[in-house]
Amino acid sequence: MKKIRIILCSLIALVTVGVLVACGGGDNPSGQGSGTSTDGKASNSVVVGISQELDSLDPHNAAYAGTREVLFNMFEGLVKATPTGDIEPAVASEYTVAEDAMSITFKLRDGIVFCDGTPVTVEDVKYSIDRYAGIQGEGSAFSDYKDTEIVDDKTVIINLVNPNTEFIFELTCAILPEANDANVNSNPIGTGPFKYDSYTPGDKLVVVKNENYWKPGQPYLDKVTFKVVADTDMAVMQLNSGTLDIYQYLTADQAMTVGNNFNILEGNVNYVQGMFLNNARAPFDNIKVRQAIYYAVDRDLINDMVFGGKSHVIGTNMIPGASKYYNADTEKTYTHDVEKAKQLLAEAGYPDGFTFTITVPNNYAPHESTAQIIVESLAEVGITAKINLVEFNTWHAEAYVDRNYDATITAVDGRLAPFTWFIKNVSTGNKNFTNYNNPKFDELYNKAISSIDPDEKVEYYKQLQQILADDAASIYVQDPSNLVAVNNQLEGYVFYPVSAQDMSVVKYK
Amino acid sequence: MKYILKKILTLIIALLVISIIVFIAFSVLPADAAISKLGTDATPERIEALREQLGLNRPVLERYFWWLANAVRGNFGESFQYTGVSVTSLIASRLGNSALLSLISFVMVVVFSIPIGIFSAKRKSFLGRGAMTTVTQITMGIPSFFLGVLLTYLFSLVLHWFYIGRYTPPSENFLAACGYLVFPAIAIALPKIAMTVKFLATSIRSELHKDYVRTAYAKGNTRNGVFYGHVLKNSLVPVITFMGIIVAEIVAGSIIVEKVFSVPGIGTLLITAITNRDYPVVEAVVLLIAFFIIAINFVVDMIYQAVDPRVKL
Repeated sequence: MKKIRIILCSLIALVTVGVLVACGGGDNPSGQGSGTSTDGKASNSVVVGISQELDSLDPHNAAYAGTREVLFNMFEGLVKATPTGDIEPAVASEYTVAEDAMSITFKLRDGIVFCDGTPVTVEDVKYSIDRYAGIQGEGSAFSDYKDTEIVDDKTVIINLVNPNTEFIFELTCAILPEANDANVNSNPIGTGPFKYDSYTPGDKLVVVKNENYWKPGQPYLDKVTFKVVADTDMAVMQLNSGTLDIYQYLTADQAMTVGNNFNILEGNVNYVQGMFLNNARAPFDNIKVRQAIYYAVDRDLINDMVFGGKSHVIGTNMIPGASKYYNADTEKTYTHDVEKAKQLLAEAGYPDGFTFTITVPNNYAPHESTAQIIVESLAEVGITAKINLVEFNTWHAEAYVDRNYDATITAVDGRLAPFTWFIKNVSTGNKNFTNYNNPKFDELYNKAISSIDPDEKVEYYKQLQQILADDAASIYVQDPSNLVAVNNQLEGYVFYPVSAQDMSVVKYK
Repeated sequence: MKYILKKILTLIIALLVISIIVFIAFSVLPADAAISKLGTDATPERIEALREQLGLNRPVLERYFWWLANAVRGNFGESFQYTGVSVTSLIASRLGNSALLSLISFVMVVVFSIPIGIFSAKRKSFLGRGAMTTVTQITMGIPSFFLGVLLTYLFSLVLHWFYIGRYTPPSENFLAACGYLVFPAIAIALPKIAMTVKFLATSIRSELHKDYVRTAYAKGNTRNGVFYGHVLKNSLVPVITFMGIIVAEIVAGSIIVEKVFSVPGIGTLLITAITNRDYPVVEAVVLLIAFFIIAINFVVDMIYQAVDPRVKL
């Protein structure tokens, strides 16, 4: 009967040994050391952590900013975004905008091919732009699109129904091969610096170097893995353990806990973050109340406490990164002034303040901290705010789509075309989730869009920003800092004022 | 035979009820897959078009029966979130990871809890018993996910025994997969080991006071002879039922632990599918888990009957 005991004891021993062997037998190079992987450099590959899972591999259907960021590496339009917020020719080698802004003529780049080696034809261009227009549909930025005219086998003309000088920015939409129409999701093909290798939904996307890429010498890396790590604290662990080489959107506190084998690069997330007010709901339908809140909120304090002072404090619905159109004067329209806030509240008929709810989506931790600081600031002027933290999709349906909220902390984004930042404030627009209504704004907005004189256009957009600030349409707080941890063996990482993580310029030192 | 028929009937009813509950839950939840998938930039027309395409604007009942009609034929449809990916392939690509994790956890529970349980039952001194009880109570009280965080910190960040997040599926490298899954398995197994130890020790102690033990001694058996030949065998019978519960708990517990260790398994799939309102995926995963748990109960009943001839089903 001792046998049983011996068997039991040896089983324990066996499993224990097995555990230890398995640990040692994993792909662990040293068992100790700095934490950064050394095998990445050897195989010339990089693992980029992404905070949001991909919603589609089809660039025309991709809606999430996080997805566009990744697909930027696989697809290109006739033109593509540059780090300075401008555009450069990509699939096309040159373009001319007609003087009346009713058409744009493109010449295809000589010898341009898709990553599978087949040449890009003008038919592919027409197919792609028609496809994108069909998906975007009416009411989108593409509603000014008329058709694509094939002139010869190198030249196409994009015709518009209205004069629109900003339409060129929309033509960053991906050019896809018509022959691959049925497989856009399963085997996406584009002209970008990297090509599709494999995809595990919800887990990772692997792309490899496109040997046929038109930019000589690029990309430098042979392989990039985009790995979904939704939780930023988990991402910090994975950075420190050596699993990830790059991760963005870290907070100042998290950045400090990242090991010294990473460089922390500072940029901006290119969102307008703030407390958005439901202008149709009392008391926020009263301009004096909105202004009072703006005076009461200490934006610098939020920046200091949540982002270590590294964000760019703003005063309107535009990011400083769009430097050509940005109106910096709006930053000083309001200062932190408790007395003035109290006085405005009294004038508005709320000398003792009021009570309201701030709906906060749970998709971005700094929103919650921002809300807490705002609650404290408002208490100083007698306003009682309550925080209602909700799951992101619930927020999306109830607050954003149904506009059922008092105030909400969120961040709105835009694209290269300047109008994208203001379309959410047009009173009749379907994206006007703050129910903002100012006929003067609407009128000026239409002027700005249709203007074909560049200087006049800039002037209109600056005025639009001042109107939003003066009206205190919402409490625009900041363009949050974007702290990116990058493995210090890597160089070349650049920031874009649009959703893009460009891996084609990143390389090992 | 009658027993098996009864079991199969229960299984079908249980799965039906569960599928209905999931459907109702999703029709009550705010936001749907179309809103979730298209993001904040979408025009209302696009959201409406996608709803039409996914069949989301049809009445709940109609959708349910349509889903059910397909599901009974083994067609669970396509994921809402991942365009063009079938639910079956989505689950298939992750099932292996979860199965291996559950298996490793279960082996750990069996291998560690039985000897420790025996050791614990044999402690007679007040101090010895007290010490064992304290250790098991504390271990039982630690939630798996918290244990997971501690283990990650210790073994990944301090000792660098594994890279958190760098998981290789068993199909690519079986040993590496096991090497990684050992850590989440510990997080899952440790509280379960404590429970089983406590259960087994109690079972042994109550057996020890039974009449047949005295008889066995009277017949001249040695202490170990009585213990391993009679007492242990009898004490293990209730433990088998308990193990059935433990297996179910391991499967349920791995959902959250997978997330902590970022293992691409059924659990992480379920969590993201709920967030994305991807109900075809949620239905299939929940039914799979439910089916597994009912099946385990069935297997436990069978084993029970085999080891204890007095039990007739």
